[in-house]
Amino acid sequence: MTRPGWFSALLGVCLAAALTFLTLPVVAIFVDSSPGDLIASLGEPGALDALWLSLRTTAAAIAIILLVGTPAAYLLATRSFRGKAAVVTLIELPLVLPPAVAGIALLAAVGPSGILGGAIEAAGIELSLTTAGVVVALTFVASPFYVRQAMASFAAVDRTLLDASRTLGASEAHGFLRVMIPLAMPGLAAGTALALGRALGEFGATLMFAGSFQGITQTVPLAIYDRFSTDFDSALALSAVLVAVSAAILLSVKLVRGGEALGVVAR
Amino acid sequence: MLRVEARHALGDLPLDVVLRVEPGECLALAGPSGAGKTSILRVAAGLLRPERGLVEANGETWLDTERGIDVPAECRRCGYVFQHYALFPHLSAWQNVAYPLRRLPRADRRARALALLDRFGLADRADARPPTLSGGERQRVAVARALARDPDVLLLDEPLSALDASTRAAAARELGGVLGASDAPTVLVTHDFAEAAQLGDRVGIVDQGRVVQLGTASDLAAAPRSAFVADFTGAVVLTGIARSGDDGLTHVELDGGGTVTTTEHGHGAVAVSIYPWEITIEPPGDEAHGSVQNHLAVEVLSITTVGNRVRLGLSGPQPLVAEITQTSAERLGLHAGAKVTATWKAAATRLVAT
Repeated sequence: MTRPGWFSALLGVCLAAALTFLTLPVVAIFVDSSPGDLIASLGEPGALDALWLSLRTTAAAIAIILLVGTPAAYLLATRSFRGKAAVVTLIELPLVLPPAVAGIALLAAVGPSGILGGAIEAAGIELSLTTAGVVVALTFVASPFYVRQAMASFAAVDRTLLDASRTLGASEAHGFLRVMIPLAMPGLAAGTALALGRALGEFGATLMFAGSFQGITQTVPLAIYDRFSTDFDSALALSAVLVAVSAAILLSVKLVRGGEALGVVAR
Repeated sequence: MLRVEARHALGDLPLDVVLRVEPGECLALAGPSGAGKTSILRVAAGLLRPERGLVEANGETWLDTERGIDVPAECRRCGYVFQHYALFPHLSAWQNVAYPLRRLPRADRRARALALLDRFGLADRADARPPTLSGGERQRVAVARALARDPDVLLLDEPLSALDASTRAAAARELGGVLGASDAPTVLVTHDFAEAAQLGDRVGIVDQGRVVQLGTASDLAAAPRSAFVADFTGAVVLTGIARSGDDGLTHVELDGGGTVTTTEHGHGAVAVSIYPWEITIEPPGDEAHGSVQNHLAVEVLSITTVGNRVRLGLSGPQPLVAEITQTSAERLGLHAGAKVTATWKAAATRLVAT
């Protein structure tokens, strides 16, 4: 009788293959660029601009996503109405949209000749080829990641607690702020981390919708692409910075929530 | 005064109830799970809107579907103790109790919450989070929180069912004291008739969305109006004044005459509970020969067959119920109006707080 050890071995081999494939490229970035190169390339004009722009636009997009996405997710998690499944599907659609399509779609909707272009121009707002346009692209692409996760976290909170809050004289808005948000917080934090990561790395939609102008719309991923054909070392250094920032975000969420948040993602 | 009337089709289960609870009174609704007891509480609290209904508390109309009045749950002053307590797990015990006190200044809020917790013997647990509290402590925090803003109405959903057997008796006594001290009309829901008898001034038996019988626990036990009620009311409940005897036993002078002896200890106004199947029936004048301590001369009021047993409604100083086999009933030749002696052991006699 043979022990079923071969199956465990197979699982181990698959994990090793996945781990190698997923981490080798990331490790290679750091192996290829020395810390000295890294710092030197940051001093180069444009690099710091790109980093600063990326952080600003991502922060703005995340702020919009949290402010609008949290109540919307709460509504979807706590109310039932006709056509809810369709609404949820529409909100999740950008998740599966190719970035280039997302860029074209944004142009068609809010670009200068888009269906809302006239109204936006009349309001004195310029989106395409501006920093505000970058924020629009990031928000469009990243918000489903947050809203999906937030919806699941709100739905997981015991509804009796909301009833209890109401019988204790608190309006639903008060219960939302004082009970639902604190209890859904691990999931909300995980959703925020996902959206942050997605926004920070956004490339296609930004390029199509906002262009790539240094200091205005050229975020780090665009700056990397810009240097890639002319100055590979500099592209490598910027990539290393982006990896470091993303890893720091992921790690800080893990530390703050003791790993709980990412457990929620995995569920 | 609390008035609740509700008619509602809850899926398969229609709800059709009319209740009145006086100030200071506790109405215990008892019935099997799924009978609609919790729905009645939810209608009163405004968490469930019936198709047709009326809720009045303290002279205010909270719900009147005829006139289109429906005061939102957060504007009805009612204290609600949920079945699993629904304490906010992210807030400490005192913050849970202070949750309904948002309109007070910050310092007063904490002081009032601490005073309430102190009343429930929980002063030293004020900073503990609910997950670290014991079941009994959680129950007391939930009751304290429900009482925090002096509710006009108190609603309790299975307040003892989440407790284990060892703490339930003490928690029930304590809750009885709290309910006795409150002058808010109270509705308590339970699936346990003995608990309803202990905590309710009146008991309503709920079955399939209706209150099938309403009265004092002893009335219900002695004169069940249906086989369902008869089956549901497990125990006989007698009230009286207890005093300790020289023999180490407790003697209870029953209201209406007669004395009952129990091995349990207590004094003052008490209730005595005996299960009907622990009562034996003997021909009159045949007592004092055996070891049995308790003898009451009673008259047979009713004879109801329940399976292979017979349930006897007996009128003595207070109504009681005995359950004997069909065979014994035939041997004794029992009939309505027969004079017999009901006997049971002192050890089978339980004392419960009134």
